[in-house]
Amino acid sequence: MDQTNPATTLSHQHVTFPDGLQLDCGFHLAPVDVAYRAYGTLSPARDNAILVCHALTGDQYVADPHPLTGKPGWWGRMVGPGLPIDTDRFFVICVNVLGGCMGTTGPRSLRVREDGTEEPWGTDFPAITIRDMVRAQHLLVEHMGIRRLLAVVGGSMGGMQVLEWCATYPDQVFAAMPIATSPFHSAQNIAFNEVSRQAIFADPQWHGGRYWECNEIPARGLAVARMMAHITYLSEAALTRKFGRRVRATPGRGAVGAPGALFGEMFEVESYLRHQGSTFVRRFDANSYLTITRAMDYFDLGAEHDGDMSRPFRGTPTRFCIISFSSDWLFPTSQARLLARALNQVAANVSFVEIDSDKGHDAFLLDEPDFDRTIRGFLCGAAEHAGIG
Amino acid sequence: MRLDQRLIAGMIRPRTRVLDVGSGDGALLDYLFRNSGCDARGIEIDMREVTRSVAHGLPVMHGDADHDLVHYPDNAFDYVVLQRTLQAVERPREVLRQMLRIGRYAIVSFPNFGHWRLRMQLLLRGRMPMTSVWSTPWYDTPNIHPCTILDFLTLCRDEGYVVQQWMAVDEDGERAPWRRSIRLANLFGEQALFLLRRKDAPR
Repeated sequence: MDQTNPATTLSHQHVTFPDGLQLDCGFHLAPVDVAYRAYGTLSPARDNAILVCHALTGDQYVADPHPLTGKPGWWGRMVGPGLPIDTDRFFVICVNVLGGCMGTTGPRSLRVREDGTEEPWGTDFPAITIRDMVRAQHLLVEHMGIRRLLAVVGGSMGGMQVLEWCATYPDQVFAAMPIATSPFHSAQNIAFNEVSRQAIFADPQWHGGRYWECNEIPARGLAVARMMAHITYLSEAALTRKFGRRVRATPGRGAVGAPGALFGEMFEVESYLRHQGSTFVRRFDANSYLTITRAMDYFDLGAEHDGDMSRPFRGTPTRFCIISFSSDWLFPTSQARLLARALNQVAANVSFVEIDSDKGHDAFLLDEPDFDRTIRGFLCGAAEHAGIG
Repeated sequence: MRLDQRLIAGMIRPRTRVLDVGSGDGALLDYLFRNSGCDARGIEIDMREVTRSVAHGLPVMHGDADHDLVHYPDNAFDYVVLQRTLQAVERPREVLRQMLRIGRYAIVSFPNFGHWRLRMQLLLRGRMPMTSVWSTPWYDTPNIHPCTILDFLTLCRDEGYVVQQWMAVDEDGERAPWRRSIRLANLFGEQALFLLRRKDAPR
């Protein structure tokens, strides 16, 4: 293993569950480590806990600096004292998903082979589902002695986890905020994921998924995967506003100086995507990317119910607040509306807001005052209805 | 809260399930939750109002009477409320049917096109009437299905709805004095407010 890679040696706050988990694929995964971060104070009645679920490439460092990049938490503008998800009032938990690479058991975790030696799971890591991720979070929540979460909140793949929580543990979720998400992963989104995966497979340094043996990482493939995916998180309007057709000169690249060199100049948007790709590979594991994107692809709330997305929510006691963004074309409002209508079919308590934004799918991570107000208001309302002062 | 919303709130029994279609700023929802202990939810077409309501902790979803009622199950609510909107929906008869499918009672208010001022303007000037209630010109108005109180009563009879309570209301929402004669109410009432129930719903 590459001991020089800080990502593999970092230690994260976690709980080990020796009995592990029975996965949807039939495999029994044990032991299971569940890495998490927690903020605020759990009330004596343990009734003020909010679980924040992260997206595909997120992690548990929702509101404190990332240990690898040093960057602020990915939702530091939303979670904290006095912020919409107020840690002065609520106990906020964020868990690294099963299959991830920030401390929770995943493809980079070590397993014991039959001969007693240890090696990473790699691509032998079992196929997991969004529900498996939720089961792992549930282990931790029970371990903390929390019988009911005041709210489960998450965007994108985090929103899928929110929905799966409500379907799997309905009595343990008082309020739910699925944000910029969908009740199933669409063909278009599976297609994008497949391109990302093919980019990783095509990198010779992927070595069939056993790249640790060569002390390498498939950095090119993973970076291209990230670049492609990143485009889907934005919108045409956002790209135009940020970069337009601006060009930057790039000395030392290609046939510089030669007049009319094909790649003598670089568009700002190209430079931005390359930066996104290169920073990503330093913090994320390629096999985790493969495992988690596959879990998203399998997500379909109606799959076990003849396509009826409302049936998992029959009799649900949960208060829902569905939020979409007008310029999100990865998880468009039309899919959020399908979810809202499925919940209407079982007369669930549903709020549904589309936030007007030109920032695309990523808007849920960015500065959108209406979005902040909606989250704050819905959580305050939920706390009031739950009888929490 | 508008005065006619107080009249509506007065028709709703405490601790019941209420759907307010066209919930606006959410004032009625808030009142019903705080004062009557109702499970009150809203549907609103204006996204700014939806955002404002949810930001106040009220359960409101973006949608409209024509397209979203159809997704609710039968008898999901005790009351379904439609305030000052019936004349603006695409299919008023279908909306009423949906309201009384998903709710046991329907509370409907609408501006009365039979008011004497409208009748007089049309008679004397030969032009589409313009009053404080009907204040947009014909080419701009969202009110595509105006009706009179008598028209509405006829529709209720044809559809088999029981009129449990009715009242004429003036523009400010104050209850008007025309309580006995529906014909006088149709002449002098600016707005009408009806509590309907299905024949099979208990009184």
